[in-house]
Amino acid sequence: MCRLAAITSKDYISSIEPILALETMKEGHDGSGLGLTLKNLGGEFEKLKKYPILSGICSKSGKKTLDDFMKKQGFKLRHEWTPKIKPVKGIVARDYYFARAYDYPVSYKDKSMSEKEDLLMKTRIALRKMGEHDESIFAFSFYPDVITLKEVGDPLEVAEFFGLDRDGLKAKVIFAQGRQNTNYAIYLYACHPFFIQGYCSMTNGENTAFVPIREFLMSRGFPGYIGYNSDSEVFTHILHYTVRQLKFPLTYYKDVITPLKVAEIQQRDDSEALRLIKQSLRPLCIDGPNMVIGFTPDGTCFMVQDSKKLRPGVVGGVKGKYALMSEECGVDKIIPKRDRSKDIFPMKYDMVIISPDAQEVKVWNQLQG
Amino acid sequence: MEPASGIRLDHNHRLSLKEFPYIIRWRDDRCKRCGRCTAVCPVKAIEPTVKVQRVVKSEGSVPTPVAVRSVTHVVEQVTDMERYCTGCGTCTLVCPNEAIEPEFNPQHKFLHYKNKGGDGYKRGGRRNDPSISTLDRLKFTRISMLTDPALDAGRHEFRVRSYIGRILPPEELPLKLVNGKLVVDKQSAFIPPVREIFPIMIGSMSVGALSPPMWEGLAMGVAYLNEVEGMPVVMCSGEGGMPPRLLKSKYLKYFIIQIASGYFGWDEIIHAIPHMVEDPAAIEIKYGQGAKPGDGGLLMAQKVLKLIAKIRGVPQFVDLASPPTHQTKYSIEEAVAKMIQSMSMAFGFRVPVYPKISGTKTARAVLNNLARNPYAAALSIDGEDGGTGAAYNVSMDKMGHPIASNLRECYLDLVKQGKQNELPLIAAGGIGKRGNLAANAAALIMLGASAVAIGKYIMQAAADCFGDEYNRCNLCNTGKCPRGITTQDPKLYRRLDSDKVAERVVEVFKAADVELRKIFAPMGRSTELPIGMSDGLSIDDPAMAERLGISYAC
Repeated sequence: MCRLAAITSKDYISSIEPILALETMKEGHDGSGLGLTLKNLGGEFEKLKKYPILSGICSKSGKKTLDDFMKKQGFKLRHEWTPKIKPVKGIVARDYYFARAYDYPVSYKDKSMSEKEDLLMKTRIALRKMGEHDESIFAFSFYPDVITLKEVGDPLEVAEFFGLDRDGLKAKVIFAQGRQNTNYAIYLYACHPFFIQGYCSMTNGENTAFVPIREFLMSRGFPGYIGYNSDSEVFTHILHYTVRQLKFPLTYYKDVITPLKVAEIQQRDDSEALRLIKQSLRPLCIDGPNMVIGFTPDGTCFMVQDSKKLRPGVVGGVKGKYALMSEECGVDKIIPKRDRSKDIFPMKYDMVIISPDAQEVKVWNQLQG
Repeated sequence: MEPASGIRLDHNHRLSLKEFPYIIRWRDDRCKRCGRCTAVCPVKAIEPTVKVQRVVKSEGSVPTPVAVRSVTHVVEQVTDMERYCTGCGTCTLVCPNEAIEPEFNPQHKFLHYKNKGGDGYKRGGRRNDPSISTLDRLKFTRISMLTDPALDAGRHEFRVRSYIGRILPPEELPLKLVNGKLVVDKQSAFIPPVREIFPIMIGSMSVGALSPPMWEGLAMGVAYLNEVEGMPVVMCSGEGGMPPRLLKSKYLKYFIIQIASGYFGWDEIIHAIPHMVEDPAAIEIKYGQGAKPGDGGLLMAQKVLKLIAKIRGVPQFVDLASPPTHQTKYSIEEAVAKMIQSMSMAFGFRVPVYPKISGTKTARAVLNNLARNPYAAALSIDGEDGGTGAAYNVSMDKMGHPIASNLRECYLDLVKQGKQNELPLIAAGGIGKRGNLAANAAALIMLGASAVAIGKYIMQAAADCFGDEYNRCNLCNTGKCPRGITTQDPKLYRRLDSDKVAERVVEVFKAADVELRKIFAPMGRSTELPIGMSDGLSIDDPAMAERLGISYAC
């Protein structure tokens, strides 16, 4: 089972922190990869918040293709971060890892954020498609104030490899996943967290409803619903579909992926709407032992899980810094000085929501609405 | 008459027993000549008769053989094609000494002779195809074990439920945000009616086709399942209306009323609408049936007795033929659209209305037509194994499309359009043909069905129907059903106890529910049906795997 470590904080924290938490949960992952997503960036990106950042990996030839393409699209490079690679046994270094901040094309300067988001997503998909056949380009995310790093290997070794312990890559929200290979081959695009237009999530568990969900999402006609190298990628897209496309409040994500029974729906004030949602979004019910940790564009973090999850995740911390982990030992590692009695283990009906800057933790109960 | 001389009579105009599908094995030494077998035989294929026997006897202390002639009583099978033995085995059931049983004769030439009078052989029930169907070859191979443990079918909470009714696409839900909560804006859009049902329903078998105790038994079983067991099983009335008392009762909500091209029984139904205290579960418009696609319905004259004639509003003892098409409509598109619209309107747009068609290559054309019709509530497809009470043998054997691939291509068509959840597909025809009800139902659901309908299976399971794929029995259309399931003859139907039928219906559905859990739990599904979960299925034939879009495993 994959191990998940997410930290949300009011201050900038080092990206090594969640990886150390993953290290304490080592028994749970098989070291087949690390995925890292940083949001609300500090350090060298702190002053570049309005510029979209393209995160990815490419080969030497891929770099040229990428540069040419971005230039042709009208994006201007503002800033570039590349890790100072430290050779680590077992990790085969690729040519070029990068996080590049770009300026929007001139024609997009005055366009709405929604239009800009569509442009960024289409650009990322185009890059992905260009480099997918020969693995010359991997594009993980392209969005303002967000960086994504992924590589195959043991999480701590990957962090050493990227030099995250030395580098000043900081952020207020950091998601990390130490993965265990599940049903599909080890592949960079299959590594969590997954990101689309400001929405991000990572998951542990097995998604048995993957095929119908994938079919449903792909048939929505939204160009970003592609990929699906992992059965968990759909969770991010369901989040995006529910909140961005359908414009439902975040809590309805829980109602979509783990709908209530008919009798339980009656107890809610919004029962009529809920009944329709349950019917119309029936194929998106995850129906499996899954725990999802995610964030939304405003920096809200959440944890939610299916009732069949045998062991719940845990949320703990102090005001200003909270950890959302798959194991309690991970929280102990990051925030040892906290009131442990206040740790939250969300159960069947719960959704833990942490407001931006880690100011407030709420447990929303699905039965109460 | 025994010939007086050595000249033999010419019997060449007769058939020998070898031509018949079943040969009665009668044991002289065990038979006590009670006559029960000949009394119960529904087709009079056996009869008591006498034979003169020449026996050499010797009595006294010294052997003195004497030839004597004695008259003995025997049970004899007739060689009259009109009274052929159907192999139902009722004789075996009543024999106190196990002296008689029909035996299948694989060398029979029955079909060569069974068209006397120039009319093709008609029968009810089953195709002559005993081979393993595609549904039975499908296996569930995606088992959750390693990355996460499988669910526990006995302990986890399961919700084996489905929907019938048109479901709005999420983008078109009439919702608005008020104080952070979603509320329904009823004024802005039509919200079609939707019912939550158990995914196995009892398919259309009419009052008239079924005997009173059989129909009552099914109806009672369905009501019990809903009210006591909490399982929302629904049942379709079939063409021919429903008992008026039922139409006005609270139980109507468990029934789907069928309207077919003969419109039999609809006079009664229309008159009952103002008195209905509940809406029916749905309205099914029949355009075709799996056993005889493109052909109409037929209730033979011998089954149209007083009760049936009254419910259907027709004279007694006349053939009730439904035409193959709805004669009042010009085209299928018009027929479907108009009928769905008018039926919806008749019930105040509160009842889902959907058509039932035969499995054919043109099913997708109908489907696409429905997909564009916002009032179409579902599509029911009846595959070639679907039975009907009176079909020409040639239709049953040679017409129609197997349900598995027909359903699959329809589902994938909907997926392409993004409407896979909007228009539920109901699959029928051959589910549980070899007894694997839950497995067949689960396989169809994973191929894309929202629900499945059963007919023959429930007759076999709940009323011990004798019929099989070797043309055994198949007397459904003649009014001579030896079990009393499909007859209107009181002498025959009083053999059937409606309470026992109801009891079995409940047992069958409860067992199917447990078995469905036993399939869904290892697949990791418990709260929503695995509709379209095709990665869970495999088949041992590469071509079939390709056709169905599933994996190949051997």
